[in-house]
Amino acid sequence: MDNLAIATPEIFMLVATCGVLVASLFVQEDNRTTIYWAAQATLVVTLLLSFGQVGDEATTGFKGAYGIDGMSTVLKSWILIVAIGGFLYSRDYINERDIARGEYYVLGLFGVTGMMIMVSAINMLTIYLGLELLALSLYAMVALSRNNSDASEAAMKYFVLGALASGMLLYGMSMIYGATGSLSLSTIHEILEGKSANSIGARFGLTFVIVGIAFKLGAVPFHMWVPDIYDGAPTSVALFIGTAPKIAAFAMIIRLLVDGMETLSVDWQRMLAILAALSMIVGNLLAIAQTNIKRMLAYSTISHVGFLLLGIIAANPEGYSASMFYAITYAFTTLAVFGVLLALSRGGYEAVNLIDLSGLAKRNVLLAGVMMVSMISLAGVPPMVGFYAKLVVLKAAVGSDFLWLAIVGVAMSVVGAFYYLRIIKLMFFDEPVVPVSAVAAPDVSAGLAINGAAVVLLGVFPGMIMAACVAAFA
Amino acid sequence: MPILSLTIWLPILAGLVIIALGNAISRQAALGVAVLTFLLSLGLWFGFDPGTAEMQFRESVAWLPSFDVNYALGVDGFSMPLIVLTALINIFVVISAWDVIKDRTALYLGSFQIMTGLMIGVFSALDAILFYIFFEATLIPMFLIIGIWGGPNRVYATIKFFLYTFLGSVFMLVALIYLYRVGGSFSILGMHFLELGEKQQFWIFLAFFAAFAVKIPMWPVHTWLPDAHVEAPTAGSAVLAAIMLKMGGYGFLRFSLPIVPDASGQLGIFMIVISLIAVVYIGFVALAQHDMKKLIAYSSISHMGFVTLGTFIAFMLIGKGDADGVALGLEGAMMQMISHGFISAAMFLCVGVIYDRMHTREISAYGGVMNVMPKFGAFMVFFAMANAGLPGTSGFVGEFMVILASFKANFWIAFLAAMTLILGAAYTLWMVKRVLFGEVANDNVAALTDVTPREFWMLGGLAFFVLLLGLWPDLVANVMHASVENLVQHISIPKY
Repeated sequence: MDNLAIATPEIFMLVATCGVLVASLFVQEDNRTTIYWAAQATLVVTLLLSFGQVGDEATTGFKGAYGIDGMSTVLKSWILIVAIGGFLYSRDYINERDIARGEYYVLGLFGVTGMMIMVSAINMLTIYLGLELLALSLYAMVALSRNNSDASEAAMKYFVLGALASGMLLYGMSMIYGATGSLSLSTIHEILEGKSANSIGARFGLTFVIVGIAFKLGAVPFHMWVPDIYDGAPTSVALFIGTAPKIAAFAMIIRLLVDGMETLSVDWQRMLAILAALSMIVGNLLAIAQTNIKRMLAYSTISHVGFLLLGIIAANPEGYSASMFYAITYAFTTLAVFGVLLALSRGGYEAVNLIDLSGLAKRNVLLAGVMMVSMISLAGVPPMVGFYAKLVVLKAAVGSDFLWLAIVGVAMSVVGAFYYLRIIKLMFFDEPVVPVSAVAAPDVSAGLAINGAAVVLLGVFPGMIMAACVAAFA
Repeated sequence: MPILSLTIWLPILAGLVIIALGNAISRQAALGVAVLTFLLSLGLWFGFDPGTAEMQFRESVAWLPSFDVNYALGVDGFSMPLIVLTALINIFVVISAWDVIKDRTALYLGSFQIMTGLMIGVFSALDAILFYIFFEATLIPMFLIIGIWGGPNRVYATIKFFLYTFLGSVFMLVALIYLYRVGGSFSILGMHFLELGEKQQFWIFLAFFAAFAVKIPMWPVHTWLPDAHVEAPTAGSAVLAAIMLKMGGYGFLRFSLPIVPDASGQLGIFMIVISLIAVVYIGFVALAQHDMKKLIAYSSISHMGFVTLGTFIAFMLIGKGDADGVALGLEGAMMQMISHGFISAAMFLCVGVIYDRMHTREISAYGGVMNVMPKFGAFMVFFAMANAGLPGTSGFVGEFMVILASFKANFWIAFLAAMTLILGAAYTLWMVKRVLFGEVANDNVAALTDVTPREFWMLGGLAFFVLLLGLWPDLVANVMHASVENLVQHISIPKY
């Protein structure tokens, strides 16, 4: 009998999600908060189950297809926390639009399940299954607002490009399988180390795997879909795409490249270095030109993906934990940013252009404060948490002789500072141009306040998360 | 009791509380915090042992153990006077804003308290990352202060200020990380003893140069300063000139000189040349200004040229084996920083006093102010004299020491540096003449009222310190002797 206990959170999540799906069929249209609370309850219980596993010994099960270790338990907890925040911020937004049906939450929950599977998978096929569960849920979520042609277009683009990326990834995996004769990442690692494998084949496969990963992450030059999807999708879905999946994608990179093919690190270091440099340069430069907030955030995401890769490029445990820290802190900082945008998109109004933030400090000082703290953090200015994230990945890059990449990174972070400062400028220095008052529900305000405080306090006391990230790769 | 931590965190936390509580009692609260912080810094001053170059009041707590970052603090003869200066100027800042800032007062005063704590942190950090954090974090409150309460072109000025200084300091961050890689520690004192090769030193020097030359600022990377000074509210200009610029000078003394002494020596001539350009050329630029604040801003750049000149003339003197001259130059640089802290703050506050009444900084809008504001006129003439380096005021001490040290190195350097005595007198006194003297220029001037008691005590307090340091420079100089001697010995020994 396999060790089912390791998958307790996922199993509970799946059962509860199916329960929510069935329940949503019987809930009246005007009583949809019930579904919201059911979804939140599912996430919270799963979070508790998953948090209970933190610190457990690394165990594998399901015939080597699934396992928990220091990294997976921590990342799962963070994915769930970010998802809880995401649902909280999205609630009022989707209630006002025609997308607040049971499916929205059910798809979201399936997506989270997919992410959890990606994080815990230690077999290429399981990784792929988790990835597709996530991706299919996201495609459908983008398309949920049926009457919106932008959203439908975005969904179509997302689907086509996502399928292409999945195909690349799968093709790469099949090449690696051909070269090593195994799908289990630990076996692949052993075989590649023993040099008995067809290393040309494995490298060939690696290239495709990296293309697939870069597509999913949105690293330049595979980034074209990101701005269009952020722009076209409902803001609540853009939040969902822009936050937790980055954590899951980080885990997938670690599984495939480090757990599976660390012996080929010289090859993937070079490829990732180019992707990282291009992402930081293109992402930051193009973000300046945007007048649409969501597109700006999309390019900002692209640039942060470049930074996230810096740690992995270091190819040592210090670098991996640095990237892990980066992924986690990026996810919850971006969560706060989207949370503010969602709180502003009320009463039939969509906050999509930079100008919509004008004078926010006079309309709602809490929202402006949270947004300011998040922007400073994303710009990488101390003492916010985003500074430590940049510090640790830069340290990792310098430590493994990628000094040039670190210099590109810091120079580009100055470029980045410009467009983040512009948002602060709009909020604090300019007069409001939008007559709509900015009022958020009390629980949303509380959530945003906690989220903003976390960005500051984790900046002053980064030790806790950092220790967990270091322990994950010890 | 961790008195140093207290001096840093009291204003920061109190500033947050002031912002949270709102405008009702924010002025009284801020003044209380400012005075308390100053008393704490005085506690440091009197507890400080000037006989040793060792770091004192040391604190060290592991902060980010997995990445070797420590919360390490300490003060020596370089940081001690700057800390007291920071805390003292903060009191004048609160007084200057008392009746003037009516929009979001709590946020304004709270930001200044936070900034004071952060700047004291800059001067006492012994861990490179901690230093960087304080150094950068000061940008955020200043960014808001200029952006919210600044003049018409404030947005341009504040973004330029932020990006310019941010660009400079990120390269320092890379250099610090690189030094960690070489030495395995972020301890600044540890970095002083790293054996670095020629090429390494060269690049690290450039990275530090990028950060500190922008901050202090040196010609030709000074262009952010006139914009920021002109647009900032009065107190913002005062803090910017009095304290923030000193972070650059302090950085040269704490990082560039001891960590990469050989590169500092090789590039010393280059540094001296651009310092002289700042002294002479920027002096001429100041002469041409129509805006009082801009004139004082250029005068600041010119005076900061003396700081870098005094710092880097050291290496010419080491070549001649003149250790006393080296110490003279370094102490002159320090004295110049402290003195400029008081004088520039006073000048900006003077401009603030008449700006609050007339709402213009154009020199041509004034004339004959002396006739209607005699008390104010007396203060302004006094501070202008100090700015021009009149003996008996603090402005003379630093300039004289640096010129003397330059004489020991090279006559022509000293000659060019001494030009400032003429230029400084020319641009400051000419401004004073056009603003204060002559017939009453127009009805607006005629309607001016003389200084209020608040303004009188604010300017009077600063005048007291300018005189005190001018007549008794040893008060400050004694504190730094040991540290300067130590630095002179340290940089005299080549690292490779």
